[in-house]
Amino acid sequence: MENLVDVKGLKVAVRPKKGVEIPIVKSVDFSLKKGEVLALIGESGSGKTTIALSLMGYARQGCHIVGGSIRVGEHDILSMSSGKLLKVRGRTISYIAQSAAAAFNPARTIMDQVIESALIHKTSSRHQAEKKAVKLFHELALPDPEHIGERYPHQVSGGQLQRLMAAMALITDPDLVILDEPTTALDVTTQIEVLNAFKKVVRERNTTAIYVSHDLAVVAQMADRIIVLKDGEVQENSTTQEILIAPKHEYTASLLKAMRHDRPSRDWNTEKRLGEKKDTPLLEVKHLEVEFVKGIPVLHDIDLKIERGQTIGVIGESGSGKTTFARSIVGLNSRSKGDIFLDGEPLSDTLDGRTKEQLRRIQYVFQNADTALNPKLTIGAILARPLAFYHGMKGQQVEERVAELLSLVQLPVSISDRRPTELSGGQKQRINLARALAAEPDVILCDEVTSALDTVVGAAILELMSDLRKTLNLSYLFISHDIRTVQSICDEVVVLYSGAKVEQAAGASFSLAGGERLPRHPYTDLLINSVPEMRQGWLETAHQSCSSLPIIDATPADESLCRFLSRCSKRINGTCNQTEPSKLSMANGQHILCHLEYADISGANENVVNHASAKPALESYQ
Amino acid sequence: MNSTIARLIVNRLGIGVLTLFIVSIVVFTITSLLPGDAAQEMLGQSATPETLAALRAEFGLDQPVYIRYIDWLGGLLSGDPGTSLVNGMPIMELIGGRLPASLKLAAAATLVSVPVALFIGIFSAMYRGSAFDRYSNMFAVFSVSVPEFLIATIAVLIFAVNLGWLSALSHISEDASFSEMVRAYAMPVLTLCCVLVAQMARMTRAAVIDQLSSPYVEMAMLKGASSIRIVLLHALPNAIGPIANAVALSLSYLLGGVIIVESIFNYPGIATLMLNSVTTRDMPLVQACAMLFCFGYLILVLFADICEIVSNPRLRK
Amino acid sequence: MKTAAASLFVQITSNFTRSLGAAIGFILVSFWLLMAVIGPFISPYDANAFVSYDVFGPMSAEFPLGSDYLGRDILSRILHGTPYTIGVALIATVSACVAGVVSGLIAAANSGWVDATISRTQDALISIPSKMFALIMVASFGSSVPLLIATAAIAYMPGSFRIARSLAVNVMTLDFIQVARLRGESTPYIIFREVLPNMFRPVLTDFGLRFVFIVLLLSSMSFLGLGIQPPEADWGSLVRENILALGEGAPAVIAPAVAIATLTIGVNLLIDSLGVKPDQDKGH
Repeated sequence: MENLVDVKGLKVAVRPKKGVEIPIVKSVDFSLKKGEVLALIGESGSGKTTIALSLMGYARQGCHIVGGSIRVGEHDILSMSSGKLLKVRGRTISYIAQSAAAAFNPARTIMDQVIESALIHKTSSRHQAEKKAVKLFHELALPDPEHIGERYPHQVSGGQLQRLMAAMALITDPDLVILDEPTTALDVTTQIEVLNAFKKVVRERNTTAIYVSHDLAVVAQMADRIIVLKDGEVQENSTTQEILIAPKHEYTASLLKAMRHDRPSRDWNTEKRLGEKKDTPLLEVKHLEVEFVKGIPVLHDIDLKIERGQTIGVIGESGSGKTTFARSIVGLNSRSKGDIFLDGEPLSDTLDGRTKEQLRRIQYVFQNADTALNPKLTIGAILARPLAFYHGMKGQQVEERVAELLSLVQLPVSISDRRPTELSGGQKQRINLARALAAEPDVILCDEVTSALDTVVGAAILELMSDLRKTLNLSYLFISHDIRTVQSICDEVVVLYSGAKVEQAAGASFSLAGGERLPRHPYTDLLINSVPEMRQGWLETAHQSCSSLPIIDATPADESLCRFLSRCSKRINGTCNQTEPSKLSMANGQHILCHLEYADISGANENVVNHASAKPALESYQ
Repeated sequence: MNSTIARLIVNRLGIGVLTLFIVSIVVFTITSLLPGDAAQEMLGQSATPETLAALRAEFGLDQPVYIRYIDWLGGLLSGDPGTSLVNGMPIMELIGGRLPASLKLAAAATLVSVPVALFIGIFSAMYRGSAFDRYSNMFAVFSVSVPEFLIATIAVLIFAVNLGWLSALSHISEDASFSEMVRAYAMPVLTLCCVLVAQMARMTRAAVIDQLSSPYVEMAMLKGASSIRIVLLHALPNAIGPIANAVALSLSYLLGGVIIVESIFNYPGIATLMLNSVTTRDMPLVQACAMLFCFGYLILVLFADICEIVSNPRLRK
Repeated sequence: MKTAAASLFVQITSNFTRSLGAAIGFILVSFWLLMAVIGPFISPYDANAFVSYDVFGPMSAEFPLGSDYLGRDILSRILHGTPYTIGVALIATVSACVAGVVSGLIAAANSGWVDATISRTQDALISIPSKMFALIMVASFGSSVPLLIATAAIAYMPGSFRIARSLAVNVMTLDFIQVARLRGESTPYIIFREVLPNMFRPVLTDFGLRFVFIVLLLSSMSFLGLGIQPPEADWGSLVRENILALGEGAPAVIAPAVAIATLTIGVNLLIDSLGVKPDQDKGH
């Protein structure tokens, strides 16, 4: 079959007002057959989006296409005038952007924007275009397809917007569709729905597509062929099969390894370290409840214990309350109910009510290292402050300790004269960690510390953290939206859903690659099943497990009912929508907040040691 | 209009009223702080203690400050700001005679400057970095940097002295023809417009550029939309709020600008009235004029804020 | 702070190679600042001496910028006016900015009623147009140099307050402030060590803009005869005194006007080259 796209020697450079040109795409060649889906994969700065946009003859502010040739169908893109390019964009080639929320114009209705390219390129009348849009909305499994177009972008959810953008791209039946990280901003449980919708329309319409992503597992579901990019150069260009099973290039292999999150060796396993267990846990949270608006709790009755040397993970999707939970522990958010104890001593609700010593013992590492470090201070000054503040160190002593801290996080001492803006993302996150270590804390709360980083860099940070934990006998509370990250380093994992703790279980049990499969809360099940696996064909099988929902009667508005009710595929009419779910505790230390008999979840019931009676399941077990 | 928008607007109106109240306190306090009083001022050297006391009683100056404030505020609210100390005329009448002239001048300046400024602002945003953009920016820097009296002086120098087209003073009789009107208004309006256009165009340009760098404009470009379509259908609907804000805020400059312009061209408006009252220290008139100007300013700011609220698509039902 | 100032200087000077405007701005501002200090000492004549028989005389070797309506040397009068125009405006600008920034920081650091009270009062002050405020002040207290300084400082403080407060509030939401709070740092430490250094550059830009506004206000007041009073004269007074020369296009009225324009345009060009613009100030 003939190639639809041929790219030869493509070069793109940043041209600053002053100084020399910086190449960001260095002589890239590839081609794409009709009906094929090609993935461009790489980390930030690899040039993947730049290459994809060049296919439309477009370069972002400051960038210039400086060489090479691009042919799409009969169009020689780089030799076209800007007027001619307008006729290709949106007609021959269309684009699906990463953040649909930003790419939709807030002032215009969705329908106006979806059919806009059809009107610009006069491929159909407004009436025909609207009919076609509704048909696409149906195909993309959007709710209320007849009327969703009348709404404004802020009135629909992120996952829906992303699918609406696919409709926008397909309205003119383009020869080529470019998908730029279309699911990166979504929660995993939403991502799987969007991926399914994309896959279906791509297959049914035999669309030729370029899929840009940093996530190999997602790409494995969509692409026939993968190009691995690094620093604007092609590292490897093979079929998806080959890349996943037998990567030829070293960089591809390292990417695969980092993404698989192989569990670090288990020599620091729980039993050994908990040998020194005391009676009181290091940190204990009892019946925590937080309200931002009076009467509307965002966290419900949460219990948690962290032992010395233990790492606890907290996972949940955006809005589940995981960051609020961590902020309440450190005293940044005040609580409406419940108690927090450090070594058995109660902790005050506010920062002012805590002693310096208490503040020192619990440290918090923020998600975004860019904003967590004061850009006007040097690294040395940033690290010196907690030393002076908590330990009263001075002069020479501070300098020595700063050097020690830097070597602890594997950075050169020379970095201490620099400012945060001069460092890379990974280096900044290490400084962030070093500042927490400077306090010599007992427990560190880590809020999504790797989610802003590239996979390989993030994996290195995780490795560093587990090393530090061994040498310093630290405890971590590790907050993340990513099960792969959490299960690899946590002894225990807490699952939050809509402010409630629905499950707590051993970290290893969350391992995606088979292993010890446990009975689960239905939400945990959905979460685990939604994480793309690094193999082709996963999407098809995973989708089957997300079956349709049992029909239940109208649910009374009651805060105490199960929060997952509206999405649960195992809900029971007359129970789940009537009574409060109960807390189950298993012999293996697992906790589940659910009505279902353990037997119903797992198909085996010998492990149940304690279970509040299910009929009526009113009294909950403490 | 939905309840959120209504609530925000009511809230904004409430703040406006509160602000006006604080302004009245500030204006009254400053104008009443002076050691001598109006009675002393009027009688001068010839004052005997008796006549002074009588006059004070007449003006209510023997009352405590807060009583005088409440009386004054009540007067303002009921439309009677008192009488002039200089000629004994009711202030309402003095202002009423001058206000239409000032409003005419302001209206003329607005009608000329707004379309010109929007045109310059939008075009220089669309063709950023072009010669047009650079020259309009140079003009803007020049206009906001130099005092109005300098612009007025240059205008007089060119149009009245060198070219002899226009008269340096703007006298207009009741039965003036249209061309006479234009000639009389040309220079005051031109002077006011220089600064107005510069400010408005700069702010409009910034608002449009802000929109043009948004992801949804990039999306529209990638759909093949022409630059006219992008500006008209994508950027402008979102820039209406900021642009309305820019227009209202720039127009508030008129309140300061007319003082100079009316004085230079000897224009019989409210600002010359205020200037005269300052030189003659006719305090009731100063107070009334000041409150009138502040009221005008608050109306404009309020208008700007309401435009911003109403044009925010996220507040739609 | 010192390093921030140094890096700013480096940026300004390095901008010269790129932008002609920045270079012109820098030269004009430096020249006038120098004149504000040495101007009165290098003037060829006494500012109030009647030295020419010619009224509104043209430019000549003897009187480089001509003579005024009483036959005084315009160059000398401009040089003597420099400390009034620049010095008075500078003191007023410093007062306005210090008061504005301090109250802005206090408001930003104390949420609740402290912030609400300060913000409401400043909002009320900003809604009195600056020229109007100056007229009220002059009407009430008469015109003098200290009064003019106080007037300009009060009139332009609210704008500075707004910018400082919004900058501080923005910085306060950043994570490194939370880090400092979590460490147990005191409010003054957070304000001075963490917040203030991050506001330095935009506040400096705002200072420049405010200086221009104040120069314009004070010149306008003098032009109306309500500013600096005779026998002293700033550049605005010089334009007023010699306004009759307009008919002849004599340098007596043009030269002081050009002096004002070169100063304010110079400051504006310099600000533009810094590349940071604070929010548009309400009420020019």
